[in-house]
Amino acid sequence: MQTHDAKRVAIIVESPMQRRLTDAIEASGVTGYTVVPVIGGSGRSGAWTAEGQVSRAGGMVQVICVIRPERLDDLLKHVFEVVERHIGVVTVSDCQVLRAERF
Amino acid sequence: MDGLLTLAINNLSSPLILSFVLGLGAALARSDLTFPEAAAKALSIYLLCAIGFKGGVSVADHGVDLNLGAAILMGVILSAALPFVAFTLLKALTRLDRTNAAAVAGHYGSISIVTFVAGTSVLEGQDIPFEGYMVAVAAAMEAPAILSALWLLSARGGEKRMDGHLWREILLNGSIVLLVGAFAIGMITGKDGLAEIESFIVSPFKGALCLFLLDMGLVAGRGIRQSRGVITLRLLLFGVLMPPIGASFGAGAALLLGLSTGGALLLMVLAASASYIAVPAAMRVAVPEADAGIYLTLSLGVTFPFNLTLGLPLYLAVAQAITGG
Repeated sequence: MQTHDAKRVAIIVESPMQRRLTDAIEASGVTGYTVVPVIGGSGRSGAWTAEGQVSRAGGMVQVICVIRPERLDDLLKHVFEVVERHIGVVTVSDCQVLRAERF
Repeated sequence: MDGLLTLAINNLSSPLILSFVLGLGAALARSDLTFPEAAAKALSIYLLCAIGFKGGVSVADHGVDLNLGAAILMGVILSAALPFVAFTLLKALTRLDRTNAAAVAGHYGSISIVTFVAGTSVLEGQDIPFEGYMVAVAAAMEAPAILSALWLLSARGGEKRMDGHLWREILLNGSIVLLVGAFAIGMITGKDGLAEIESFIVSPFKGALCLFLLDMGLVAGRGIRQSRGVITLRLLLFGVLMPPIGASFGAGAALLLGLSTGGALLLMVLAASASYIAVPAAMRVAVPEADAGIYLTLSLGVTFPFNLTLGLPLYLAVAQAITGG
C-alpha cells in the first residue's frame, strides 16, 4: 500500500499550559492534534502522579500532531515560544501516513 | 486550657480527621490505595456545590445586608495583604530565593476550601451558627493573592507575567465559578430549593467530605514522601508558623467586621489556610521557574494537615475568646 512521509511531533507539557500550547499549534496553521492524558512519571523535579489530584497544576498532558514535513519548522517555532520556560519534553519522529491529503 | 484540649481531642477523633490520617498513613507506608483523578474531581465538585448552595440558602434566609459587602472587601484585602506577610517571614526564616518565596507567599494569601469546609463541619458539630455569606468571602479570597505574588516578583524583575489568558483563568477558575454559582442558586431558590435537593446536598455531605479528606491524605502523604531534600526544617517551621499568624490577621478582621463566633472562626481559617488548587495552577503558568515541589508540599503536606488537626481547635478557642461565644 502507498504510504507518505510525515512528521510526528509529541509534546508533553504541564496541564495548565495545554490551552496555550494548542492555541500555538493552531496559530502555526496546524489544525489537527490529539491530546492524551498522562497518568504519572518522573523527571528532574522528581516523581509525580495524576492519581487523586484535584488540581490540574500537578498534572501533565501529551499533545500529538502528525504533519507534512514542510510544516515542521513553523510548528516548532510556535511550540517553542510556549514551552521554552516550562518543564516537559518535545520529540519529533518520522512516520508514514496513508492519506497525505489529510495532513 | 481544658476546653482547648477537649476541643483538640474531639477534633482529632472525628471521622473527618481520622479519614485524612488514614490516607496520610497509607501513602507514607507506600500502600497502593489510590483515588482515580476523576473521582477526586467529582468529589471536589460535589463539595463546592454543596457548600456554595448551603451558604446561599443561609443568606436568603437571613437577608442580604451591608455586612456581606464589607466582609467580601475585607476578604479581598486579607488575601492581597497576607502574601506580603508570608514573603517577609520566608525571607527572615528561610533561604528561599525571591522567585520561590513569592510563589510560596501567594499560596498563603489564597485559601483552601476544604479547610474551610472542615471548619463549617466543626461549627455544625458544636451547634455554633455562622454567617452564610462566608462562602462568598472564601470565593473572593482565592485570586487577589495571586496578583500580590506576581507583584512581588515583578517589583524587581520587571517581567510581564500576566496575559489575557491568565486573567481569565484566575478570575473564572472552575472552583470560583462553581462556588459563586452554587451560592447564587442557593440565594435565588432559598429554603424551598434546599428542600428539593436536601437529601443530596445535606445528608451525604460529611461522608463525601470523609472520602475527599482520605484522598487529600493520600496526596499529602505522597507529597511528603517525595519531598525529601526539598522541604528543609526552616521551611517546615514556616509551614506551621504562618497559619496562626494568618489566623491572627483573620481574627483582627473578624473583630472589625463584628462577626459571630462561627464567622470569626471561618475568617481565621480562610486567612490561615493555603491554596493548593487555584494558586499552583496560576504559578505553573506565570512562574514556571519556581519549584512546584516546594509550594505544593508546604501547602498540602504541612499547612493543610496542621490546620486540620491542631489549627481548627486553636482557632475556635481564640474565636470564642475574642467574640465571647
